[in-house]
Amino acid sequence: MAKVIEGLLYSESHEWVKVEGEYAFIGISDFAQHSMGALSYVDMPDVDDELEQGEEFGAVESVKAASDLYSPVSGTVVEVNEALEDAPELLNEDAYSNWIIKVKMSDPSQTEGLMDAASYEQMCEE
Amino acid sequence: MEELLKTCLCADHQALGAQMNEFAGYLMPIQYSDITVEHNAVRKAVGMFDVSHMGEIFVSGPDAESFVSHIFTNDIIGIAPGKVLYGMMLHPCGGVVDDLLVYKSVNPASYDYLLVVNASNIAKDYAWLLECAQGYDVKVVNASDEYGQIAVQGPLAEKTVVEVLAMEAAPALEFYTYCETLYQGNRVILSRTGYTGEDGFEIYADTETIVSMWRTLIEAGVTPCGLGCRDTLRFEAGLPLYGHELSDEITPLEAGLGMFVKLNKPEFVGKDAIAKQKEEGVTRKLVGIELLDRAIPRGGYSVETADGTVIGTVTTGYRSISLDRSVCVAMVPKEYSALETELFVRIRKKVFPGKVCKKRFYQTNYKK
Repeated sequence: MAKVIEGLLYSESHEWVKVEGEYAFIGISDFAQHSMGALSYVDMPDVDDELEQGEEFGAVESVKAASDLYSPVSGTVVEVNEALEDAPELLNEDAYSNWIIKVKMSDPSQTEGLMDAASYEQMCEE
Repeated sequence: MEELLKTCLCADHQALGAQMNEFAGYLMPIQYSDITVEHNAVRKAVGMFDVSHMGEIFVSGPDAESFVSHIFTNDIIGIAPGKVLYGMMLHPCGGVVDDLLVYKSVNPASYDYLLVVNASNIAKDYAWLLECAQGYDVKVVNASDEYGQIAVQGPLAEKTVVEVLAMEAAPALEFYTYCETLYQGNRVILSRTGYTGEDGFEIYADTETIVSMWRTLIEAGVTPCGLGCRDTLRFEAGLPLYGHELSDEITPLEAGLGMFVKLNKPEFVGKDAIAKQKEEGVTRKLVGIELLDRAIPRGGYSVETADGTVIGTVTTGYRSISLDRSVCVAMVPKEYSALETELFVRIRKKVFPGKVCKKRFYQTNYKK
């Protein structure tokens, strides 16, 4: 059973968002890492890249497939988690303590359209 | 969508909880547990594959030898019974109809040659063979539906086949030879061949015998392996997959398989085209490319030069499980095929630098 954490927001494409002021930390859910299997590469954007809500910003890849990542919010990439470059398996070990990118949001109200833990859990079960 | 075909082991795969998907029109197991686990079982111990979807076509008759020689690129004239040869059937233009194994019969009362072909090409191959058989006194029988096949592969394959399946004939078989033996009283074809880069056996029998054999191997703890790791294994070993490294449009010379095309044979379909291409030189070639980054080059991605000109396409690529390197095979113009040539692979929005390398990435461990 995939884990869902209270206090995070979730997208339909299985990213999670942790809001800290005007910043959003974005990662993938436990459900997402579990359905991908062992990850061998995380493709991340460059710092200063501008992202639109719903825009592809990278991908997680297992042996068999690549799965695109979509930004749940608009904004500017201010940091990427460099630890994932050499250790993509961190996402398999704990999807929620390992964020992928940190974004300075241009429209924080967009987070209102994301799911809470209960709604996301329900979506995963369906 | 058309109803998918099922092998005799389909229900067994589903009972094992395999992830099933379409391959060559068949519903096939992609993985049972995890591709990496299954891949490593074959590299380090033993694993088995249901490859019952492969095609078995028997050729017999007074002209069998000259007919098979006519449609096959490798030289089968006068080979010993029990010998297996890899090669291709070609179109007159030199493109590949299919790549296949030809078995020289140890049982001439039943057949003279067995041709083992790709599942995706059975209908095309059979029609092609019948067309080419005009004027030859041969009988060509497509027995694909009556036969199942299990591949037992890995360093412990011989021990497994002897101890679990009680096939005492296995140790004496050299690589690329076969025999007929019995399993619980039923005739089976035991072949020391494979598609993994490791030692191993491919065993053909009627579907009931195959199901019984599979269950015995499962009970003995042999790791069932899906088509997912079959692809990662064959890729690392530099073995082509029809539809990727070979096709109706790709010639054996372009694919780097010239050693399986014997131009000293008096004739075979496609010989003139290959002889001409050899003399003139190929204009494109399959090469290996290793990326400097961890990014994964996959089939279909484009290959570019430093200035962004698209010059080719990746045919297969992975983060290699055995080597932990990002490598691929790609078709590129000959002028970019020299070892160490700098090339780039476009992966989504970015391009990643790499270098041309040998396309056999993994040192194979065949029985000598």
